[in-house]
Amino acid sequence: MTQVALPIVDRPAEKKMKRDHTDAARAFVTNPDRAPWHDESLWFVRSKRDKQAASLPEWEYLRSLASQVKTATIARLGEYLVEFERNATNAGATVHWAADAKEHNEIVLNILRDHKTTKIVKSKSMLTEECGLNHFLEDNGIDVVDTDLGERIVQLRHETPSHIVLPAIHLKKEEVGETFYEHLGTEKGAKDPKYLAEAARGHLRDKFLSGEVGVTGVNFGIAETGGVVVCTNEGNADLGASLPRVHIACMGIEKLVPRFQDLGIFTRLLGRSATGQPITAYTSHFHGPRDENSELHIVLVDNGRSKLRQSDEFRAAMHCIRCGACMNTCPVYRRSGGHSYQSTVPGPIGSVLSPTRDPKEHKSLPYACSLCGSCTDVCPVKIPLHHQLLAWRKEIGFMNLLSYDKRMSMKAASILFRSAKLFSLAGWLGRTSLKVLPHWATHHRFNTWTIARELPQPPKESFRSWYAKNRKSENSKGKTS
Amino acid sequence: MIQPIEPMQTATTKSRQTILDRLMAKVVESPGLPTPDPLKLTRFDDPLAKFSEVLETVGGQVHLVDDPRQVAKILGKIEVFANAERIVSLVPEAADNTFDISSIDDPHDLSAVDWTIARGDFFVAENGAIWIDGQTLPHRVLLFIAQYLAIVVSRREFVHHMHDAYARIEAPKSPFGVFVSGPSKTADIEQSLVLGAHGCRALQVFLTP
Repeated sequence: MTQVALPIVDRPAEKKMKRDHTDAARAFVTNPDRAPWHDESLWFVRSKRDKQAASLPEWEYLRSLASQVKTATIARLGEYLVEFERNATNAGATVHWAADAKEHNEIVLNILRDHKTTKIVKSKSMLTEECGLNHFLEDNGIDVVDTDLGERIVQLRHETPSHIVLPAIHLKKEEVGETFYEHLGTEKGAKDPKYLAEAARGHLRDKFLSGEVGVTGVNFGIAETGGVVVCTNEGNADLGASLPRVHIACMGIEKLVPRFQDLGIFTRLLGRSATGQPITAYTSHFHGPRDENSELHIVLVDNGRSKLRQSDEFRAAMHCIRCGACMNTCPVYRRSGGHSYQSTVPGPIGSVLSPTRDPKEHKSLPYACSLCGSCTDVCPVKIPLHHQLLAWRKEIGFMNLLSYDKRMSMKAASILFRSAKLFSLAGWLGRTSLKVLPHWATHHRFNTWTIARELPQPPKESFRSWYAKNRKSENSKGKTS
Repeated sequence: MIQPIEPMQTATTKSRQTILDRLMAKVVESPGLPTPDPLKLTRFDDPLAKFSEVLETVGGQVHLVDDPRQVAKILGKIEVFANAERIVSLVPEAADNTFDISSIDDPHDLSAVDWTIARGDFFVAENGAIWIDGQTLPHRVLLFIAQYLAIVVSRREFVHHMHDAYARIEAPKSPFGVFVSGPSKTADIEQSLVLGAHGCRALQVFLTP
């Protein structure tokens, strides 16, 4: 019944099972200081996005164009990749191909070893997070410095980003102050963002100057020109790519656009969708290495993407440009925080992508969703996110991965809805129980549904009996007269 | 702990084939690439005003000058410029260098630059961005390493939106090119906007005739 051979990446046998999203989110959701504050912070970003989207009359037209470009790119991805490789090589770059995360990490390590490097400066890249590059390199004696401020904060705290654009959105300024006091020697108790950012600027300047290789992600690769585009606000990717002689750009194979002109569409959508900015502060285009003494390495990474492309149902998830708009708008993400998803990409798109890697491990994610559809409405490349989340629930049912209680209640519902008599009996039972059951019988520790809810007042009579009294006779009267 | 790794060349060639084989094996139909219809794209009555308005909202400062020689005069009124020791001017008609850039080979030696004055090719009305071609930069790091950045661009050289911007560039002419829109910034600490993350702390834009 599944259309694609899932899982896309086999789960190593020894890996620990992840917790259900509900369990993983509990601490965050029930913290009265945390969930409402997080919700508001992200709603603020979402509102800025709305303002930018509304300022462009052609916004919906741009979304359609972006969706069409991505559909066409993914359809002919193999050809575009070959074109990209040819043009990038002609421009003087070295193109590497990695089938999976392990190979990607080894390619990067090999380049570093070729240059006898132990210090690298890295800008934000969700791909390298996905591949676990930092840990791998650190285990091999490389000093990795994340240079995006948010990423540096979570790196110093030994955490992972909780958002793909705003990695430290789950942290309060007091916590950042504490981390900087510990690692950067700022004043104890400092919490002024300006002061803390200035401290990070000084700290990271030194790291930039001593970094021997710069590693960046890629926002867009251009098949027609063989170039890569990197967008940042902080300027960290640019410092990292223009001080050292060696620049390694790590890129998922779905990041391609066919033509140089296509960037016009995507640069208009990305910043506006992500943070509500008209464009990022820096949009840098790299075509080949800096000069004859420099190197540009581009690592093309598959890691499950070519298998995802085989699925007609989920292929559109490859359109994602990682703007994060779907998480900013998601009522579940905003209240539960990014870490509750326990995967590199959280939120609606993460809940679609993660199960494609391992449906068993991430089976609870498609249920961390109210199917409100807001993610689909804001997605700049028109991924039908809530439809895909619903499709995943079906898959998970077919795969027999539903929990026992969900499976049984679904079976019971199926029997109930197929029998008119049983349905009417259940209605009577429900109304009567609501009337006669004492409060303690419904509100106890075994019924989690009623922890924060009251049961409704039972109606005086059922619709059936009301209809029989008021309409049936009228209808029959009408017929006879 | 150094682990042995198989030779890279063979591994990457094999993976290249595996990836391409899988991509080519599954044929996916699509209606093809669209061409944006210029009539559906916003144009501004006053592109200069739009550009200035957007750039100011993202933290940049715009100055209209009648003569490039006014640039140094205006900059001189800014305290951090007046006190600056190391200024790199890539626009000789606008401001003078305080040291000889041509003697510098390693970009790391530019770490103490206070100001860079760069030349912009053209600006984009819709988003306050300015295109700077890498050919105009002896070291591309000059744009990012200087504490403060000024860009001089002609007010006749503009496009309305990013589609026209890429059409104007046509094809990349040098290994590096960048759209700069405002000073470097971060909001990574509790969504509080701080100007001056890693790149320049402030951006001055001079629009010359």
